[in-house]
Amino acid sequence: MTSTSTPFARNQWYVAAYAHEIGRELLGRTILGEPVVLYRTEDDHTPVALADRCVHRRFPLSESRLDGDRIVCGYHGFTYDTTGTCVSVPGQKRVPRTARVASYPLVEQDALIWIWIGDPALADPQTIPRARHLADPAWTTVTGMEPIDGDYGLLVDNLMDLSHETYLHGGCIGTPEVAETPITTEVDEDAGIVRVSRHMDDAACPPFYARSTGIDGRITRWQDIEYFAPCLYLLHSRIAPVGVLPEADGTDPNAFHTEITYAITPSSEGKVYDFWAVSRDFATDDAEVTAFLRDFNHEVVMQDVNALNLLQRTLDTEPDGYQELSINIDTGALAARRILARLAEEGAKPVEAVR
Amino acid sequence: MTGGDTSGKVYRIHWLPGTDRLHGTCHCGAEHTAQDPVEMWDWMLSHPEGHQ
Repeated sequence: MTSTSTPFARNQWYVAAYAHEIGRELLGRTILGEPVVLYRTEDDHTPVALADRCVHRRFPLSESRLDGDRIVCGYHGFTYDTTGTCVSVPGQKRVPRTARVASYPLVEQDALIWIWIGDPALADPQTIPRARHLADPAWTTVTGMEPIDGDYGLLVDNLMDLSHETYLHGGCIGTPEVAETPITTEVDEDAGIVRVSRHMDDAACPPFYARSTGIDGRITRWQDIEYFAPCLYLLHSRIAPVGVLPEADGTDPNAFHTEITYAITPSSEGKVYDFWAVSRDFATDDAEVTAFLRDFNHEVVMQDVNALNLLQRTLDTEPDGYQELSINIDTGALAARRILARLAEEGAKPVEAVR
Repeated sequence: MTGGDTSGKVYRIHWLPGTDRLHGTCHCGAEHTAQDPVEMWDWMLSHPEGHQ
């Protein structure tokens, strides 16, 4: 790996999966370099996350089977309960005291399964950022997840600077106005939040919104990003015919709102899970719009995936210490990088030194 | 859509429309104009140095 590698920030919550992905089938994911197996208990459907390596010979538990709420290792039958304690080994009554795998704090919230990577004693569910629209019946959501063979910092960089829509996603979601419109950037240092806003007063309507909203003229297009480092990224998108603004009382009945959610979960080094979701408050029962947005957004995400895979392969061939050049569009991405570096540093400190 | 509170230590950078200039405001109220985001962040994060 080259010098572009972004350090992992431990002692943080990450999205391990969509809630609907976890069930009675064992699911293996690698998060911040830690292999994890996920499933739900039989009776109350509580999600469980354990280290995905049998203590015996390191066989992946995710390639094993469930017996009730216990995982039976698919190699020699070492059996683990939901706390990760080994309760049975083959051929003998005595189970070695050290026979246990780590269990991870989990929180199911907003249709997401959040996992705490770090010292379990520090896990505070109150610090998980919210994405309420994902589970709100007033919104209709399509989701997906694409693994990227790239440093997670590349995905953060990509999402914090939407001017790339004009070039990488031209003809889908990008129009000339995106790259041409100045941004404002706000960094809440202690909360670890970066906000980037781009408000276009008079812009072409890209096909993504023209076909989903039915607007055929020019639009007022607002993009308001909130990045809750390290994992959750929200793009609050507002589309309306040119000149249509929110009412004086703050309501906004004549605009189309889309919440674009990303969870950026580092996997092993140089790999990242790209969880994406598009939620809308219009045509919520229209199956055709749902199918269109799912397919079209998948296409957009794959443009990013292919570009970031290529970028990582390219960076891997660059000599150490290569130079970059940042311009105004990068103001928010630079802020995000700095906050990630701080979080990584804090997460690497001994427990007593963490705030 | 989120409950993200603002803690108070907020940096703001506006890209001035019609120009290539960035206008930054530190959480202490100091202001600065630059043409380069790297230079802007260097100034911002040097607080309180040069923020009188």
